[in-house]
Amino acid sequence: MVISIASGKGGTGKTSLSVALAQALSGRVMLIDCDVEEPNCHLFFTDRPDYRVLEERAVSHPVPEIVSDLCTGCGACSNFCRFNAIVALGSSTPLVFTELCHGCGGCAFICPEHAIMEIAEPIGTIIRGSFGEDKTLVTGKLTVGGVLTPPIIKEARKSHNSSYDLTLIDAPPGTSCSFVTSVRKSDYLLFVTEPTPFGLHDLQLAVEAAKDLALPFGVVVNKAAETENCITKYCREADIPLLLQIREQRVIAEFYSQGKSMIEASPGLKEELIELVSTIMKSVNREAV
Amino acid sequence: MIIAAAAAGADPELIVDSRFGRAPLFLVYDTENERYSQIENTQQLESAQGAGIQSAQHIAESGASVLICRHCGPKAFKVLKAAGVAVCTVGNIPVSKSVAAYIEGNLEPLEEADVEGHWI
Repeated sequence: MVISIASGKGGTGKTSLSVALAQALSGRVMLIDCDVEEPNCHLFFTDRPDYRVLEERAVSHPVPEIVSDLCTGCGACSNFCRFNAIVALGSSTPLVFTELCHGCGGCAFICPEHAIMEIAEPIGTIIRGSFGEDKTLVTGKLTVGGVLTPPIIKEARKSHNSSYDLTLIDAPPGTSCSFVTSVRKSDYLLFVTEPTPFGLHDLQLAVEAAKDLALPFGVVVNKAAETENCITKYCREADIPLLLQIREQRVIAEFYSQGKSMIEASPGLKEELIELVSTIMKSVNREAV
Repeated sequence: MIIAAAAAGADPELIVDSRFGRAPLFLVYDTENERYSQIENTQQLESAQGAGIQSAQHIAESGASVLICRHCGPKAFKVLKAAGVAVCTVGNIPVSKSVAAYIEGNLEPLEEADVEGHWI
């Protein structure tokens, strides 16, 4: 089963919860950090004696290179490109701006002289590491200054296979294409939010996105000061499953600042998280029937 | 000689538009017949990226030998340079005055972009 952890608003506790879930559950677990612009999961593992880096590989995407001898300057490539990454300049070879290229391959396809080659431009890395008894952490990392996140997220997600009892995806904040690429076609979307006006506002946007993606979803409230708050009210009124409230505890923040997880700060949470995943699994299996 | 300028509207007495890539139109002055014509540029207002590049391509296609604008970023500058179009920046002055200033030889072409790119 694949559970994606997302939020809407950033800073609500996606990574904290993803890491805690990966640690709490027994069996063969994979945690994939798809927040490739600023991956954080590894910060909770790299200093530990049981963490080992198994593999580090580059991710690249295809960008055009024009063979000047074959180019007639017809401009078909420039007319095709939706991203203004190729500029036709009369009879001379078109200019290419690889930083704007989305790697669609359209220019190479449409060139009547077959004068465009696709070359691999490195845009990020995937790091695969092991921790615990039989657990894997996959980190997707976009090259600093890069903008194209989806190819790296897709590559990171490929690490999942059915030999894993549970795969957790730590998604980026927001509801843009990075989020969509991270969570689409997962079995369940778990939203972590905080009981604040911003938390509520962005959760509502994220819920709309979940509906558009036709994914089953539920909510966890993190940093809850009171049992009844703006999120519990919203979930009740919108008939959204509220699966867990994690009480605001200073010790969690203290441990976090030391790179230690929620489970270490609040050991009682482990049972609650195991129960949470069990509830999600039952809900997903009910839908599947 | 053909001189292009980033414009806010069709009237050459209006100030040179503060934008290049997303200027709504370009006014193109032909010194031969001393007349202005226009190049629409509104499709760039909807571009997510590369508006400067696309606008530079329009200027290159217009046959202009110089572009007058307020600022020019690195990608637009690269395209204009490759197309052989000089770029001159001016302040808050009407298009007509900027054209006159160029004709009188009072404007220095840029050696390189005078501002950074917006995003990518």
